[in-house]
Order: sequence, then structure tokens, then C-alpha cells
Amino acid sequence: MTSFEPEIVAFCCRHCAYSAADLAGGGRISYSPSVKIVELPCTGRANALEILHAMEKGADGVVVAGCLPGTCHYIKGNTQAKHRVTHLRELLKTIGLEEHRTRMVNISAAMGAQFVVEITNFVETIKELGPSPLSGETSNTRTEGQS
Amino acid sequence: MIVAEQKPLNEIKSMLKGCKKVLAVGCGTCVTVCFAGGRQEVGVLSASLRMSTDLDGDVVNVDEAIVQRQCEAEYNAPLEAGLDEYDAILSLGCGVGVQSLAQQFPEKRVLPALNTKFMGYPAEHGVWEERCQGCGNCVLHLTGGICPVSRCAKSLFNGPCGGSQAGICEVDATTECAWHLICENQLKLGLFDEMMEVQPAKDWSSARDGGHRRIIREDVRIPDEEKA
Amino acid sequence: MSTMKYPAFTMPESNARPMSERCDSNLTRLLAADEFVVTGELGPPKGHDAEEVRKKARMLLGSVDAANVTDNQAAVVRMSSIAAGLIMMNEGVEPIIQMTCRDRNRLAMQADLLGAYALGIRNLLCLSGDHQSHGNHPGAKNVHDLDSMQFLRMVSDMREEGKFQCGEEISGGGLQLLVGGAANPFADPAEWRPYRLAKKGIAGADFVQTQLVYDMECFREYMKRVVDMGVAEQVKIIVGVGPLKSAGMAKFMRDRIPGMTVPDATIERMAGAVAGIDTEKKAERSAAWKAEGIKICIEQIQEMREIEGIAGVHIMAIEWEEAVKPIAEAAGLLPRPIMEV
Ligand code: SF4
Ligand code: SF4
Repeated sequence: MTSFEPEIVAFCCRHCAYSAADLAGGGRISYSPSVKIVELPCTGRANALEILHAMEKGADGVVVAGCLPGTCHYIKGNTQAKHRVTHLRELLKTIGLEEHRTRMVNISAAMGAQFVVEITNFVETIKELGPSPLSGETSNTRTEGQS
Repeated sequence: MIVAEQKPLNEIKSMLKGCKKVLAVGCGTCVTVCFAGGRQEVGVLSASLRMSTDLDGDVVNVDEAIVQRQCEAEYNAPLEAGLDEYDAILSLGCGVGVQSLAQQFPEKRVLPALNTKFMGYPAEHGVWEERCQGCGNCVLHLTGGICPVSRCAKSLFNGPCGGSQAGICEVDATTECAWHLICENQLKLGLFDEMMEVQPAKDWSSARDGGHRRIIREDVRIPDEEKA
Repeated sequence: MSTMKYPAFTMPESNARPMSERCDSNLTRLLAADEFVVTGELGPPKGHDAEEVRKKARMLLGSVDAANVTDNQAAVVRMSSIAAGLIMMNEGVEPIIQMTCRDRNRLAMQADLLGAYALGIRNLLCLSGDHQSHGNHPGAKNVHDLDSMQFLRMVSDMREEGKFQCGEEISGGGLQLLVGGAANPFADPAEWRPYRLAKKGIAGADFVQTQLVYDMECFREYMKRVVDMGVAEQVKIIVGVGPLKSAGMAKFMRDRIPGMTVPDATIERMAGAVAGIDTEKKAERSAAWKAEGIKICIEQIQEMREIEGIAGVHIMAIEWEEAVKPIAEAAGLLPRPIMEV
């Protein structure tokens, strides 16, 4: 296989992983350039729909990075995110995708190096899985009607 | 509220056989509250279907829409304009919602994405329990506010059967015996004497047994001559 | 167990006719004469072989006054209780037809009762029925048009007023059926159980048969409450007993069957019965267990005869019908009196 650089979306909590990513950047610890970081106020905000949409649009993997267990600023956001990711993996299987294309990781704001390790790890996993079988061009989303 | 849950993805996929483009329509009322057919669920199901059918090599384009109350025609009316391009409507409403769409858009196939389960109560986040079967002749005043028709596996009217054990129903180890609860409530309310009255055979004609049911309220109804 | 107190209750006065006038079955006559009655139980086959019914009936013949014929027991399809009851009757054993609310609505119940009556069947046991989810057709729709109390009331009205449940007259007059119900002294809420038995009497039960009793201590307490309420004067109480087949069965009943209590002492006694017998000698162990089971059952019956308010015993030995005779015999209940009209 020629050099496959997976498209990764990382949903990062502002209070930990996002700062850790910053720290890594500031410290010039490098990681895969194709990781797109999306800042969230808390991983409790990450839901199945957003992760699925990322996959649908062609992401090869989606990682949700939240605070260490017990340190969520909103008390339970990270555990809820973990719960959701676990269930989403089941849905991915039903859809016909590999469950390992999504994962939850826990990092503190001070763990810049650890962030890079986790991300690199995930990138490796996705590289092993290969590109997502989805073309990324199926979506024809239209929202209408009232709510 | 009406409680429903989504059908398995594969069952929905097999309903969509032959469709190239469908419109998934959620409902903003009961099924939103029970996380079965609200905006979020419409999104997840639609994305799942698009991705899954794409992987199967026979992609179905699924567009998304939501209406506030699918069981009322007025709310569904705006959908009509764009319907031509769809082979079918996939409803994430309850059974009533599905039928409303089917009645309103008779030239379209309307497919149910949910299994409508019961009229229920959210016992805890993520847990719903049946509370009423719409028997048409409520007896809750006699049963301590606990419905024996829907909550007792045998719809008994005269006290707990011989299978009640430690407050649990003989039918299922995770279900409370409704009549055990009724006993306790009647005692608490000082109404135990009522439990010793033999409740006569129920007239089920007010329930589904009496045939298709309809309520006509002349006080609310708009007279024919005014309708035009 | 509930901490709430149940209010005192006394059985209201009954204006029912004397027992002897209600029905002309052998069982009725014996109950009316205050004989200590013996009833048995026959499970119809999961097929259509009449000979299987006859064989079981012959094992019970002479040892019981009447025998229950179960109605799709445990929600498993079997030969109809009315048909099997007729076959049994032809062998000389008086049937007590069981009927559940699970499988029939009020139309089917009444129609079948007319038919059963026309065929000469006179004793009926009205049951709610085990839920179909435990049987062999868990996808079946259940009926529960009536509950067992309403069923009792309907049949008692069919007899006393000669009317169908809707109020129309039965042509040819009332069905002179002896009507019974079931009682489980050990189900919960425990305090409710004597009240439920009383309520069955109010609804029209002439007799009740209880669930299998092993725990004599609990049962005595229950009977005391029942007698104090004045129920035993109006409802004939026939107590369920049955021989244990093995220590394992005793444990299974204690741990797995809802509403069944088997005291530890009984289990120990069963376990002790095979002491010294090699575990490899299966036949020998089984024989020892069965002998002990029969012995315990006999002792229990003798104790029952001393308890106030008990009208007889219901010996349940399903798929072990041959045990009934030796039990009845050793308990001093044979020969059974026959009371001709
Ligand atoms: S008694 Fe009938 S109307 Fe009342 S809650 Fe139960 S099913 Fe509903
Ligand atoms: S155990 Fe309780 S809830 Fe279950 S069937 Fe019996 S009375 Fe009804």
C-alpha cells in the first residue's frame, strides 16, 4: 500500500484534550497532520450524530478525547461520552463498518505528550484498517419541515 | 406518552428494497421525548442507512425532515411540496403518525421505522414502562392508582394471583406485581375493604374488543354547514 | 413482607343452599357429609391417545373420590380437560374439570360448560391459568376476559339463577355444578392469602384446593387465620399434598417454583434417605428417595387430619399416579366411601 494518511477527526474537550493538543503543538511534538481537531465545551457534547456525520463525509476514524475519569468539569460528561461511543461502535458494526474506527480516550490538559501518543496510536489502528470503505459522497442531507 | 423504539436497521433496510430516494420524517412529540423518532434519531438513522446501503453497493439516498406532531395533518402539510422526488416516506412517528402520513399522501408508500409499544411512563432515564392500555373504562379509583389492565400480566381485577412472590410478578422476574402494589396502596389509603368487593366481569366493549373506537364530541365538532 | 396491618375480616353470612343440594356429584355428597375427601390429579397426554388417560384413571380408581383433569397445564397444549374427563369418567373415576381464564373468553367458557354438563361432568375448578410465556406457545394471545373470581361468580350464578353471564336464561335451567377455586397459602403478599380464600368463597366457590403444602408450620398459621375469619364453614378446603421424588426435586421446588416453600428439615430428610447408598446405584437411590417421599406425604396427611377446617387432601402425583394408592392406603383413607344418591 502506498502511504495512506488517514483522515481523522478528533472531538476534543476544551478543558483537557484541546489544551493538551495545544501544549503538544507549542512543544513541537508532532503528530499526523491529517488529524482535524474539533473543539467541544465537553465531550458530553459529542453525540452519535456528529460522529456518524464525520464518518459519512469520509473520515477514516473518529476519536473522542475527554478528561481523565472523575475530572470532568461538568461531572459526568466524559463518562456519558464513553457510554455513547461504546454504543456507537455497535451501530457501526450494524452499518457494516469496523467498530475500531471510533474510540474514546482520556487525557488531562497537562498531558501534551500523552495526547500525541494516544492520537498516534489511533492513527496506527486506522492505518491497519485501511481507508474507510465509504466514498464520502453519499450524503444528500436536507433538513426541512418545522421543529 | 406513546412509547416506541426503532426497528432493527436491517429490517428497515429490507423495507427500503427498490427505493432510490426516501424521506425520513421524525415527529417532535412523544417519540422525541422517548428518543425514538426525534431530530437526533432521524439524523442517526438516516446517516446509518445512507452509509450502510452505500457499503452494500446499492445506495439509498435518505433525506431528513421533522414535523412537530405527525399525527395531525396540519403539521404534515408542508412536506407535500417536495414529495415527488421520493420513492417512499420512512416515518419515525408512532403508528398513528405513520397512518396519518399514509392517509394524507395516498400516492406514496409510507414505511414504519419504529415499533410502537405502549402508553407509558419514563421510570428512569432510558427506561419506560407501560401504564395504560386505553381500556376505555378506567378503574384506577378502585385500584390505588395502579392500572391492573396494563400492569398485571393477567389483567386481574380481584387481587394478586397465586404467582405473586416478594412483590414480583410470576411472569417476569424484573416486573413488579401490580396487585401487590395495589394491596399496599389500598392499605395505605385505608381502602382495603374495597379489595374484598368482588369486582364484576368487566365490560370490554369499551376496549378494543368492542371494535374500532371513535370519540365524537358534538360540543367541539364543527357542524357540517360551517365546515365549508 | 408488608408491615402494614390488614383490617379484621369476618366472612359475611351466606345464603347458599346446603352443600348437598348444590350438585349431585360423589364429591359433593362426601363433602356435604363431612367425609375427609381425597382428590387426585390426572394430566392429559400431549397427544390423542385415549388409552393413556384410561391407564392413569385406572391407577387412581378406588383411591380417590374424584380427580382433577388439568387444562393446558403450565400453558402447554394437551388433550382438552373435558374430553379427558369424559374418558376418565368412563373408567369409573369422577372428574373435576379444570378450566383457565387464559384460554377462553366468557362465551367459550359457558359453551364448554354446557357441553361438559351434557356429558355428565359435575365438578369444576376455575383458574386464572399459568401465563403462556412459560408454556410451549409463548407467542399466543391470552384472553383473561374474566379473572378467576369473576369466573367463579359466573358459574355460581349459572347454577343458582339459571342464567348466563349476560343475564339470559339457560334453557333447561341451571347447571348444577360443584364449583371450586385454587388457593396458594404461600404466595405473597402473605397476609393477603387468607383474604383471597375468603373472597373466593364470596365469589361463589364451594371448595378450594391448595397448592402443594410442605411447610406445615406456615400452613397451620394460614389455616388459623382462615378458620378465624369463618371461611372454613362456607368453603371446603382441600389441601394439596404430594410425594417428593428426590432431594433434588425438593430443592428445586424450594428454590425455583414461585410460591412454594419446602422446609430445610424436609430436604435434609430426603437427603438422609440415601445415606450409605453408593451414588452409582441410581435405581437403588431413586427407590429409597421415593419411599421416603411417600412416607413424608403419609405423615403429612395424618397431621392434616388434625388441623381444624380441613375437608380433605388433594394428592398430586403427576406422572407418578401409582403412588396415590399406597399413600391413601397407608394414611388410612381406604377404602373410599361411595355415597349413592
Ligand atoms: S384501567 Fe383502563 S383506562 Fe385506566 S389506566 Fe388501566 S387501561 Fe388505562
Ligand atoms: S403476579 Fe401479580 S402482576 Fe403477575 S399476574 Fe399475578 S397478580 Fe398479576
